[in-house]
Amino acid sequence: MYEKTKYLISGDKALVIEFGDSIEEAINAKIRSITLAIEKEGIIGIIETIPTYRSLMVIYEPMILELEDLIDKVKAIEAKMGEMKLPDAKVIEIPTLYGGEYGPDIEFVAEQNNISIDDVIKIHASRSYLIYMIGFTPGFPYLGGMDDKIATPRLQTPRTKIPVGSVGIAGKQTGIYPIESPGGWQLIGRTPVKLYDPYRKDPVLLNAGDYIKFVQIDEVEYKEIEALESEGKYKVIIKEKDRR
Amino acid sequence: MTTMKILKPGMYTTIQDGGRYNYQKSGMSVAGAMDQFSFRVANILVGNKDSEACLEATLFGLEIKFTGDALISVTGADLEPKINNKDIDMWSGVKVSDGDVLSFGTYQSGCRSYIAIAHGIDVPEVMGSKSTYVKGKVGGFQGRVLKEGDEIKIGSAVENDFTIIKNLPSEFIPSYKKDNIIRVVMGPQDDYFTVDGINTFFDCQYDVTKEADRMGYRLSGDKISHKIGADIISDGITMGSVQVPGHGAPIIMMADRQTTGGYTKIATIIAPDINIVGQLKPGDNVRFKLVDIEEAHRIYRKYMKDFDVIKDCVEKSICSTIGSKKLKVWVNNKEYEVSVQEIT
Repeated sequence: MYEKTKYLISGDKALVIEFGDSIEEAINAKIRSITLAIEKEGIIGIIETIPTYRSLMVIYEPMILELEDLIDKVKAIEAKMGEMKLPDAKVIEIPTLYGGEYGPDIEFVAEQNNISIDDVIKIHASRSYLIYMIGFTPGFPYLGGMDDKIATPRLQTPRTKIPVGSVGIAGKQTGIYPIESPGGWQLIGRTPVKLYDPYRKDPVLLNAGDYIKFVQIDEVEYKEIEALESEGKYKVIIKEKDRR
Repeated sequence: MTTMKILKPGMYTTIQDGGRYNYQKSGMSVAGAMDQFSFRVANILVGNKDSEACLEATLFGLEIKFTGDALISVTGADLEPKINNKDIDMWSGVKVSDGDVLSFGTYQSGCRSYIAIAHGIDVPEVMGSKSTYVKGKVGGFQGRVLKEGDEIKIGSAVENDFTIIKNLPSEFIPSYKKDNIIRVVMGPQDDYFTVDGINTFFDCQYDVTKEADRMGYRLSGDKISHKIGADIISDGITMGSVQVPGHGAPIIMMADRQTTGGYTKIATIIAPDINIVGQLKPGDNVRFKLVDIEEAHRIYRKYMKDFDVIKDCVEKSICSTIGSKKLKVWVNNKEYEVSVQEIT
């Protein structure tokens, strides 16, 4: 984390407030607090914010809010923020069918790491992952904390079409594809849960700052959940994050 | 019921408005009109609120049949708009009657035409906007590009619509060129580039490649060099961000851009000039010009105030629908363009 927060100009309508240049839970927690504090303050002229791994982009309307005033206000918020009370983090369970046609690269991931396919699944599903940010496509979670034992480089040639719900690994990261898109991640499984549905009350299932946990399911369960999801009747399992 | 039926979808036609805000934190692209100036003026000309959804047509071929009377306007790129095969004025209100066909030829200048309809296009707002975000399958007409046979409900004309036809004074009409100067402010990652890299960026001409769409424009030209690498820990992307990946060629991020990304951004195009970029097509070229943020904000304030001036001028540019003729007159050897109408 930087000692002094950086304020970076990103054109005439956006300001980037940068807290560090690494992926750390502490930086992410700070971004989460300042995002909530800015929302609470209700600064007129801020259109919206985009929190990321290590920064917060503030999109503003220069006709209403001058850049200098915006920076002053954010600095004031940062100074008085102290120990802000944040809502407790949640763990959202993502039922996942591993391997086979749903996760065609799982064998490669196993070979790369000299472990069995079962080990890949066991390791991948054993922990909960912090959602650092949502970006890239609607509802795509950037997750932290994957075990190095299953780290695998991206595909040499990206696939042009990756099915919705695919669970993959890219380097030391794991993630889920909320919409069909091209991509180079190693696919190890798929979830029938919709991370993104524009016509749902909450279009995007996941929020930055919460956690997800992958739970292994079989094909019968996959089909059941898929059927429920198509009728909008599936309820994801949400648990409180264990406090340590 | 007034509808428009798509006889031919043209190259790429979608419904767009000012954009979908408030969901970028969930990874939702803003979408919206690529050229916000032409889009807003199109609405002003038919008496809509500035932010009402329009059609955005690309390069050529769109054909629409109207059921019912409507007041429309066509702004932006000149794609040879015609009604029943007769040329119509752009940047002006145009009356369309039941059964009329609005058709487009091919591009004469610019890339994207905007078609506004008085009282708007009747599609649902999704997440607060009517903009089509094709990749997310959301907004517009069924979340997709328009297809042959689509029938879309539009606002029905009222008698009042046609009593005054408005047009945009010519001094406000942009001209779209092959060679363009695009103004940028530095950053947010300009410190990732070598001095040579930054000089290259400002000294060289960059051509728009064939990979240019609503998401972004890949440019080709001299390679821009980084100090160490082109990758950063992902952060936010805004409209007009100029990304430079490891290959050293810039990419301008446009309306359907992803919200975050992991490549260095050397500079950001100022909002008024993004409208120019939205009218570029493969083969056009740009040179980047540096302005500081204070200057950028001065330009922006003038640009925004111009919309009020435009609204005023448009209100005053009254000419009757029937028998209105454009003429050229010379006074003391100076040429003037005037509209003439019959007074009854």
